[in-house]
Amino acid sequence: MKAVVHVFLKPGVLDVQGKAVQSALHGLGWGDVDHVRVGRVIEFDLAGEDAADGKARVEAMCQRLLANPVIEGYRVEIAP
Amino acid sequence: MTQSSSAGLDAALASGLAADEYALIVKRLNREPNAVELGVFSVMWSEHCSYKSSRRHLAKFPTSGPRVIQGPGENAGVVDIGDGQAVVFKMESHNHPSFIEPYQGAATGVGGIMRDVFTMGARPVALLNALRFGDPSHPGTRRLVAGVVAGIGGYGNCVGVPTVAGETNFHRGYDGNILVNAMCVGLADSDKIFYSAAPAAGLPVVYFGSKTGRDGIHGATMASAEFDTDSEAKRPTVQVGDPFAEKLLIEATLELMASGAVAAIQDMGAAGLTSSCVEMAGKGAVGVELDLDAVPQREENMTAYEMMLSESQERMLAILKPGREADGQRIFQKWGLDAATIGRTTDTGRIVLRHHGEIVCDLPLAPLTEDAPNYDRPWTEPVRQPHLDPAHIPAPTDWEAAVLTVMSCPDVASKRWIWEQYDRHVMADTVEDSATGADAGVVRVHGSAKGLAVTSDCTPRYVSADPYEGGKQAVAEAWRNLTAVGALPIAITDNLNFGNPERPEIMGQIVKAIEGMAEACRALDFPVVSGNVSLYNETNGAAIPPTPTVGAVGLLADYDRRAGFGTAKTGDTLLLLGVSRGELGSSLYLRECLGREDGAPPPVDLTAERRNGDLVRNLISEGAIQVVHDLSDGGLIAAAAELALASDVGVTLDATSAAHAHAFLFGEDQGRYLIATAAPDAIIDRAQAFGVPVATVGHAGGEAFVSGPLFSIPLARLRDAHEGWMPGYMDRPA
Repeated sequence: MKAVVHVFLKPGVLDVQGKAVQSALHGLGWGDVDHVRVGRVIEFDLAGEDAADGKARVEAMCQRLLANPVIEGYRVEIAP
Repeated sequence: MTQSSSAGLDAALASGLAADEYALIVKRLNREPNAVELGVFSVMWSEHCSYKSSRRHLAKFPTSGPRVIQGPGENAGVVDIGDGQAVVFKMESHNHPSFIEPYQGAATGVGGIMRDVFTMGARPVALLNALRFGDPSHPGTRRLVAGVVAGIGGYGNCVGVPTVAGETNFHRGYDGNILVNAMCVGLADSDKIFYSAAPAAGLPVVYFGSKTGRDGIHGATMASAEFDTDSEAKRPTVQVGDPFAEKLLIEATLELMASGAVAAIQDMGAAGLTSSCVEMAGKGAVGVELDLDAVPQREENMTAYEMMLSESQERMLAILKPGREADGQRIFQKWGLDAATIGRTTDTGRIVLRHHGEIVCDLPLAPLTEDAPNYDRPWTEPVRQPHLDPAHIPAPTDWEAAVLTVMSCPDVASKRWIWEQYDRHVMADTVEDSATGADAGVVRVHGSAKGLAVTSDCTPRYVSADPYEGGKQAVAEAWRNLTAVGALPIAITDNLNFGNPERPEIMGQIVKAIEGMAEACRALDFPVVSGNVSLYNETNGAAIPPTPTVGAVGLLADYDRRAGFGTAKTGDTLLLLGVSRGELGSSLYLRECLGREDGAPPPVDLTAERRNGDLVRNLISEGAIQVVHDLSDGGLIAAAAELALASDVGVTLDATSAAHAHAFLFGEDQGRYLIATAAPDAIIDRAQAFGVPVATVGHAGGEAFVSGPLFSIPLARLRDAHEGWMPGYMDRPA
């Protein structure tokens, strides 16, 4: 199985990186950009066949390591 | 008379107010507050903003002196350092946020305390941190240490202000409630200090800095609440810091002040827009009217309640002089900051808020500020520990093991792992920092020969054993540390961290610690010029050890005439100034080697403290001595070992004539200094003429730490023990 984890700041949490990217885009002339949010994508291979079981394992990884659940949310995708 | 409804009362209780406080609000207003008004009351009457449990006791501190320009009550204290210059400083806690999200909690603590300083017109020049973590074996401790230290470094390093000193303790009493106390020191011209009181009605209220989001809502109330196991639910209140925005804010604020446009200014810290506009209007005895639609907002559909209680970081509120708004706009645009005129001062004595064209809050200011509750909470006299006779305390059976145990225990072990993560030299004025072997950090006053010495101190185990003596000791140790580098101690800031003041035994700790600190401040001419109170530091009813942290500033007339303990040389004689009775009560020896945490702490004789310190300072300023170390945790053993390690030279201590060698070597008697000198006779004569007890206790030389016939430890082995604990603890695999 292949796991893809999308990690993003929770709504309402200040995104310093997003703010910097937005400011740079404005500086380059794209004044039509607003509400930039920057997250990250983590991909890895996972042993096993059971997608539901795999998803549960990856969500545990998110809670423990891959995301900071205090300020970040995450979404897990499992592909065969 | 208006009765309170059950719905209103429920909302009040949910926001952290007590039932009788809500009844008082209803009585004062003669009606029930709406949701926004209740939010305003809940933060202004929180412990954090109103000091309702501590105010009457804080009044016991001496707060004035010939150098004091501004004492407590403003964003930071201001003290004259001559030549038209002033030092501006304050310490503040960020305990609860740092426990919930250590990186951002500590980072925003650093940002918040810097804003308090540059709000007064000062450029921040030094940062310090006083940290208290749980027992190293507690499962949460390592993660909290890593996060807090990274957060302090991440913010301070990015803003470009050096972190030059600090202290770190570990104790199981902080397992569920760590302490992160950050201090900032700034420099200003003494005739260009800015204050928060709005001077007149009809002036524009200008918001500048970052936009307002939903972060940190109810942080001030959270800071005044106990933790329970549901703290998870409190997590969304964590705010995220943006140090680059802070750097822009510093420059914009100082430029705005230099332009002459500022009539009054205040940062938006705890309780955000609410406390800043209420305090500015309240102190100036005017009113304020705000149009919340004008507030720069990061998110859509924010309510008035959210905007007033948001604790988004890096925001300022200024009241400008008439006709100066265009100057402000030019400066804010230059620094890329959001800014807007969001209202005006009025002559009504009220705070009126409009949102979407409607009045959403209309309150008299007086009940929010000067009429806020001021409790005389019941307290009980703390139970004092008995004095311990050294004859009844076992001496080590294995001296080498005992010495290494104390030198490698978490409270004494080198904190290199921590301070190496801090930029200690940015701004290029640091002459002593955590790395150099000195009892205080020292930064030069740029362009002059003057130096500022800074330190933070508290020995919580002493305060636990005897709040009064422990409070005295915290002040005396700070005074001693500044003296040991040769500085004249000029003033302190305090950060009073305690448990729940509604428990009489905790309130007793608060009262007695304040009284002890106040006595020491008076005896040492060491006024309190700013401070912060952090109460309700409890988890599931277990309070932290009482921790009244003292942050202190001293002045060096010539920073080249200073002392440290890193330059002792072979052949130097070691002199001990002060009386050694062998006080082992509440000592590290007792705790680390015998597993006991009892006994009266060493008493502080303030007359002797002052006399001994004045002699040491005179000798340093005359250039008669350059190597000085104060004695504190771990007594003579720790002081001599640290001196040996910092100087990279062996030290031999002579304990053969002591009645109890272990009490002499490990005793933590106060008011003492260890001096290394090549010309001991002259120093002994001076000490005797000054009435200061002095004894020759050993010499420097060789490559071992020795006290024959008790122990002889190669310096390399001592260094491994002292340096090894923290990296071993932090870097071991999980």
